[in-house]
Formats: sequence, C-alpha cells, structure tokens
Amino acid sequence: MTLAARAGTITGRGAVLVAGVVLLALVAVVSVGIGAHAVAPAEVVRALFAFDGSPDHSIVRDVRLPRALLGVGVGAALAVAGVLIQTLSRNPLAEPGVLGVTAGAGFAMTVGAALGLATTPASELVLSGGGAALAAVLVYSVGRASPLRLVLTGVALSAVLAGLSLGLRLMLPDVFDRFRFWSIGSLAGREKDPFTLTLALIVLAVAGALLLSRPLNAVALGETVARTLGASVTRVRLAALLCITVLAGAATAAAGPILFVGLIVPHVVRPLAGGSVPWLTAYSAVLGPILLLVSDMGSRVLLPTGEVPVAIVTAFLGGPVLIWAVRRYGAGTL
Amino acid sequence: MTSVRLRAQDLELRYADRVVSTRLSLDVPDGAFTAIVGANACGKSTLLRALVRLLRPAEGSVLLDERDVGSYAAKALARSLGFLPQDPLAPEDIRVRQLIGRGRFPHQPMLSLWSAEDESAVSEAMTTAGVDGLADRPVNELSGGQRQRVWVAMVLAQRTPYLLLDEPTSFLDIAHQYRLLALLSRLRDEGRTVVAVLHDINQACRFADHLIAMKDGRVVAEGAAADVVDAALIKDVFDLPAVVVPDPVTGTPMVVPTLDGRTGPSG
Repeated sequence: MTLAARAGTITGRGAVLVAGVVLLALVAVVSVGIGAHAVAPAEVVRALFAFDGSPDHSIVRDVRLPRALLGVGVGAALAVAGVLIQTLSRNPLAEPGVLGVTAGAGFAMTVGAALGLATTPASELVLSGGGAALAAVLVYSVGRASPLRLVLTGVALSAVLAGLSLGLRLMLPDVFDRFRFWSIGSLAGREKDPFTLTLALIVLAVAGALLLSRPLNAVALGETVARTLGASVTRVRLAALLCITVLAGAATAAAGPILFVGLIVPHVVRPLAGGSVPWLTAYSAVLGPILLLVSDMGSRVLLPTGEVPVAIVTAFLGGPVLIWAVRRYGAGTL
Repeated sequence: MTSVRLRAQDLELRYADRVVSTRLSLDVPDGAFTAIVGANACGKSTLLRALVRLLRPAEGSVLLDERDVGSYAAKALARSLGFLPQDPLAPEDIRVRQLIGRGRFPHQPMLSLWSAEDESAVSEAMTTAGVDGLADRPVNELSGGQRQRVWVAMVLAQRTPYLLLDEPTSFLDIAHQYRLLALLSRLRDEGRTVVAVLHDINQACRFADHLIAMKDGRVVAEGAAADVVDAALIKDVFDLPAVVVPDPVTGTPMVVPTLDGRTGPSG
C-alpha cells in the first residue's frame, strides 16, 4: 500500500468516526423527544436554543436532556471499559458486567446505602469505584488462568453479589425505595441527582483510555513482545485497571448494574477498527452512548404501563451477542 | 570477528529457585550471524531472554555499548534490540500491516500521529520480509510460514541494529526454514547483527558466522562452525554419536548421526 492509500484508510476511519458522532447527535435529539409525553424534534431543538419556558420546553431542559447526557456518559463509560478489559485480558468475552466488576460496584453501593453512607454523589462514586476495584482484583486473581475461567468466575461472583444485594433490599425496603429502579439498572429518575462529578470522571477516564490505547496496542501482543517493544507493561496495566474501575464505578453509581453494553459495542465496531486499539476506543466511545440512548428510548416506550429498566433492554440485546461471540471466538480462544 | 557491542558478563540466570546458568559470559560479534545451539533445556532461550532484558540476571550484567541494559529507558533499548519470541500470539482480527506497524511503538512519542518515517519503515520491512502481498490479510488466517515472516517484518519495522530470534524456524516446513534463514543472512549482509537460537545444528553450521554451543547453562564452545564443530562436541552437547562431514553444498560441517535405530545410544 502506498502512503496515499494509507492516508486514505486513516481518512476513511476518521469519516466513520464523524458519521458516528452525527448519528449520536441525531439519536440524542430524538431520545429527548420520546417518552410518555412526546416532543417533536424541531421543538426539542427550539427548547435547547430558544427556551420559552413552556411545559414542553421544561420537560426537555429539566428532565429529558439531563437524562440523555447521563445516558451518553454511562454508555461511553461502559463501552470503553469493555474495550479496556477485552484488550487487557486478551479475552473477547470480557466486559465489566460479565466479569463481575459491575456487580461489585452495585453491591458496594447497596451495602453503603444500607449503612446510610450512599447519601451524596461523591460518596456513591467512592463506594461504587471501591466495589468495582475489589471485584476486579478478586475475579482476576481467581480466574486469570484462562479466558473461560475468568468469565465463569465473574459470572459466579455477579450471581452471588446480586443475590446478596437483593436480600439486603428486601430486608430494608424503606432504605432502598430511592434505589428501586437503579438496582436493576436504569437511568429513570437518576437525572434528579447532581451528576457533574460523575460525567467529569467519565470524561477524564475516557481521555485516559485514549492515551493508553497505543501502549495497549503493544500490550495486546502479549507481555513478551510488549516488553521488547519498550512498553511498560505493568504501568500500562495498572493505569488501564484504574480507568476500568473509574468507568465501571461511575457508570454503576449513576445508572445501576447495566450489563452487556461493554460486550456488544466493542464487538460491533471491532471490524471497523481493524485491530487498532485507539480506533476501537474512539468508535466505542461513540457507539456506546448510541446503544444506551436507543435502549433507554426502548425502555420508555416498550410497555404501555410504564418504564422497563434499560438494563433489561441491553440484556435482551446482549445475550445473543455473547452467544455469537462465544461461537465466533470460542474454538480458537477458549 | 571484529568489534563487540553486546556482551554478557558473569551472568547468573535463574527462575525463582531454579538456577539455569552461573558465571556465563559471552560476546556477540557485531555485524555477524550468531547461532546458539544446544540440547533442549540447556539454557539457550534463557540466555536470549537475558540479552534483551526480559530476564534480569541475579548476578552479572548484559552490556550494550559498555552500558548495563538494565539502565536503558525501555523504548531506547527497544530501538537497539529487536526480539522475536518462539511463539508470539497475534490479537484477533489484526491485519498484517497493522501488526507490522506495532513494531514502530518504540519510535512513537506518546501523543504523536503515524509519521512518514513510520510508514516507510513498515513498507521497507514488508518488502524485505517478502510479505507485501499480504498487507490486508488477517494474520490468524495465514500459513505458519507466512505468519513467521510477518512477525519478522514486525521486528524489522522496529529498525534495530540487533535482531534476536528464539527458534525462528520451529513450526516451519523445511523449505520455509531455509527461506527464513536466507532472509536472516541477507539482513546480516545489510549490516545488522543477528542472534538466533537454532535447533538444527546443520542449519546453524551452514548459515551462522559464529556458533555458541551450550550445555547445562554453560558455553562449551564458541567460534566459527568449521573451527568448533566435531564429533566430540556433538557427543558432548547432544549426547549423540555422529560423524562430521563437509556439507556437499557449502563445505560447512555437517553432522550425520551414526545412530541407526538398531543400536541404542552409547554411554
């Protein structure tokens, strides 16, 4: 391939990224309009740029827009965390949900709430991040021998922690009223709590992931090759783990345990990225929010009686992807 | 043999409690093709890993330009020493050109874009290794011989004066083995220093300028094949009765075992 042709493929990837961002903007506008009370897209745009104080505009500005922003942050966080975990563990089945990291964050939040600690966004973030880190370390140390073992350990830990969380919630129903939708994984009502800190952390961690993506390109070749290429493997791994913890922790603190986004998104964009971790990260940071916003719209309109938590929608989408991924990569990898 | 820039001095190499080598010293002649030979588990791969700093010696040091390799910054060392392990694993979905591009990592500052120099290094590496036609193929769909050439190209893209390869010919059929060794000779001719752990003593004799024979973690002979390879050395290193005759093609020593399957090994 000549230099020009090579530049062409980079431009091509850039064009795909720009198209993705445009699609994300469109989905965001539509998602702000959809719900129990529909607002036309043109009215949505007016509410954003020419606010007139009408009920429609208030719904858009005070409820739907914050919810969409949170959805963008959570979707990007989960998808990028998925990229990092898959690259780090060289395991195409890995994602924060499957590996129990999300369950760890959720369980820590639940215990914190039972003890009366989860009172501010900052304390929720600390609890959730700590739980994510503990679960990641535990699952990695038990299951690192093989990709399948890692997944089994993660799924087992998730089941145990989900059970314990459910037990706590049933024992203390009053405490958990505020967390009813959150506990299943939902954006509903979460826009009422301040989430600036959450979004800021997610932005920082996604930027960190992009910075790490080139060293991760080297680490993806295995420890031996990475080290002889001059990558500081241990430092890169620790930094990536920190990013994963922040991303999964922040997403879970904000929206509860949403599984499969971190699995679906990297798999869908992987063929476009062609083995490049920087592009995979960038594409995932755009497709993650699209997937979550679309799922969230689905969660608002699927049932006539009210909302379905968004995690149920992503689970419906993610189950088949997991099976497809196992069938596609299974023979070679597991 | 002329100058020496890479040398090992009094190395003690060990994995946890298992000592592989003690007081191991050797010089890697510059601009030559050095082959390290020896029986399985004699410590030749371990030595190679110590030379490229994958294994830190418990004692002694590996010196590059009279400086301990441990004192180099990781990327600086990676611009001098290129290494290909025995069985490298390509990530899923990666294509040939991308894999070779990863060899540019030590030349790329943190926030840089892909440069024209990166581009020319990759193209040159692909031409040298003869993998031009494979650029857009997924690495995991290639044959063993093609894949090995792609990995060699990845190390070539690193543009290092030194190339160290751990058994680069295993898993290849005989024709691909010879093609790969011819490629390494060509790289030597272009001025690089090549060090390879080789299984086949006859290939080592034919292609290497400098032979290092190891046994039980020690160097038992080093020098030009014609000077060091004889029946006594083969008996000592491999415990194999053999005669050594001139290779009919190159005149280099050729080891022909006398073990015919009807008599057991002596000793």
